[in-house]
Amino acid sequence: MWQFLTRTQGKAKLHWTDVLSYAYLVIGLFVMFAPVLWLVMSSFKTESALIKFPPTFWPYTQKEVVVAGHEKSLPLYKVTLDNGQTREMAQTSRIGIIANMVDPANPEQTLKVNINQRTSVDEIKFAWTNYTEIFGKFTFGTYLWNSVFITVIATLLTLLVNSMAAFALSKYQFRGQKSVFFLIIATLMIPPTIILVPVFLVINSFGLLNSLWGVILPAIATPTGVFLLRQYMLTIPDELLEAARMDHASEWRIYWRIVLPLSAPALAVLAIFSVMWRWNDFLLPLIVLSKNEFFTLQLALNSFQGELNTQWHYLLAMTVITLLPVTLVFAFLQRHITTGIASAGVK
Amino acid sequence: MSTLELKKIEKSFGETKVIQGVDLSVAHGEFVVFVGPSGCGKSTLLRMIAGLDQPTSGDIRIDGEIVNTIGAADRGCAMVFQSYALYPHMSVYANMAFGLENVKTPKAEIESKVRDAAALLKLDALLERRPTQLSGGQRQRVAIGRAIVRNPKIFLFDEPLSNLDAELRVSMRAELSELHQRLGATMIYVTHDQVEAMTMADRIVVLRAGKIEQVGSPKELYERPANAFVAGFIGSPRMNFLPAALARQMPSLASHIPVQAAQVGIRPEHWQVCESGRGLELKVLRSEYLGANCLLKAQAQDATVIEVVIAGGVALPAGADLHLNAPLQHMHAFDAAGLSLRAGGA
Repeated sequence: MWQFLTRTQGKAKLHWTDVLSYAYLVIGLFVMFAPVLWLVMSSFKTESALIKFPPTFWPYTQKEVVVAGHEKSLPLYKVTLDNGQTREMAQTSRIGIIANMVDPANPEQTLKVNINQRTSVDEIKFAWTNYTEIFGKFTFGTYLWNSVFITVIATLLTLLVNSMAAFALSKYQFRGQKSVFFLIIATLMIPPTIILVPVFLVINSFGLLNSLWGVILPAIATPTGVFLLRQYMLTIPDELLEAARMDHASEWRIYWRIVLPLSAPALAVLAIFSVMWRWNDFLLPLIVLSKNEFFTLQLALNSFQGELNTQWHYLLAMTVITLLPVTLVFAFLQRHITTGIASAGVK
Repeated sequence: MSTLELKKIEKSFGETKVIQGVDLSVAHGEFVVFVGPSGCGKSTLLRMIAGLDQPTSGDIRIDGEIVNTIGAADRGCAMVFQSYALYPHMSVYANMAFGLENVKTPKAEIESKVRDAAALLKLDALLERRPTQLSGGQRQRVAIGRAIVRNPKIFLFDEPLSNLDAELRVSMRAELSELHQRLGATMIYVTHDQVEAMTMADRIVVLRAGKIEQVGSPKELYERPANAFVAGFIGSPRMNFLPAALARQMPSLASHIPVQAAQVGIRPEHWQVCESGRGLELKVLRSEYLGANCLLKAQAQDATVIEVVIAGGVALPAGADLHLNAPLQHMHAFDAAGLSLRAGGA
């Protein structure tokens, strides 16, 4: 493994192409991964650490100490005294630019210090509370459930409907087969934004506004899915279907028992796509769902960005949670994106 | 009982006529082989019998009943495909059970039928495997097993051995013949290999360009081919065709060759070496030593090339003189249209 990773063009020292490719890879890694990493790190920062300038990579928080005579724990500072000495002191209160500081070891003695003379003492601390608290607040569970429901149901229906269309278009000869297929493909050329208003009107007339089905149903049939599955199903030999037909299998059984299992790799690809589309979908839910209790995670994230006040620490934690399912789906399903199962049984 | 009758079957794809009026009747328990060069319509004919294709006109009768409008599944035929067409995602057992499950056979009955077929085909140990884990011969047997469990009236084989290597083909040939004897079922077998046809068939149907050229037992076709095409197609190495004028140079045949004969056919294995002046005068072009015998290619004065099988294997050097004669009973005379002229023959 290591040998493979460190293989280079130049034998003794690095060839210029090695330098170039390493540089390319490092920059690529940085460009793609840094924002995600930054997001994850930031989601563990406290509210005050988030707005701190200059920003830090690690989630630092100010150290706090318990001082006798004070109920709450006090923030700790490093104070430069007038005589040049530095001491760690806790702040009891602050008025303007003057802070009242106390030595934790010697709580009776207070000292007035200009705030320019002290710096905060920081430590790395992950603010798990960002995550634990959002589950209790803002009906986060409802949003999560709405998103999961829409994603799962819509993906299942997408797989079912698209594979049925693809089966018909790839395995049956009928008049107009080609034109139907091209018509479906042609809809790829129409951007979804353009048909947004008509779609809204149709959803409205079906009474599906503020219903999760209003988000699920309109986008079940996708030209991409039909195309993807049809092309794959074309590679399934007709002889298999003929054999099944002679085996008394009904057309539905041929579809369900022969064609679907053999299309598994293509179905997996479409499932990944569908999950990503549905989970990340924003526009359609935005126009269909206007009531808070039907919000998906994406809508909720958007609504958190208040006009006056944004609770960034919760927002970031929610964003990380929102990213997780798609990442997991991709990690598990990508193994199934293998081809060549269908052709193995023939010959 | 399961008989098959084809009446004036025609099939065209668009403008092209693939099958042009085929009449045939197959008796119960017969092993009939359709043979012909590729593109002669033999597979199309088989698919129409199976019900996978519809004839453009004509009737197909199974057990006397017209089945033209009956679907493939309900005709009582089972087909073994050239590619085997095993369901790759199912185990061998599931492959064989699939057809029975579809007609809602009780589980216990499926089990016993599949086990019986597996035992018959020596597949017992492989029932849990996937088709991908099997060798070509084993896949072939699973495909046959899938046909057997359905207990069909007629077995249809579409070039089932063409994907196997030469050695396996010979042993599968024997196995299939044995199977036919044991089951006693009607079987129709399509192949382009005349050796398969000769070794397995009760009756051979020779097809060319969508027409039946001749129907008969292997012996009939070999000994009394109806025309030059059948004569050339059946038998290996191929029959030699000589212009009638050249054949008349053989004194033993000259008077027996009909006047209307355009060409005369003599099989390579029927030539006899003779003395100079008693037969054709040839020059050896090439000889292939085969052990038990020797295959010679020789050229007559008019440049006709003749193949000769000489028993014993005396390899003659190229350029050597060769004198050949043929016995009267092995001479086949054909007229200008290629039809056989029986008068001179046996």
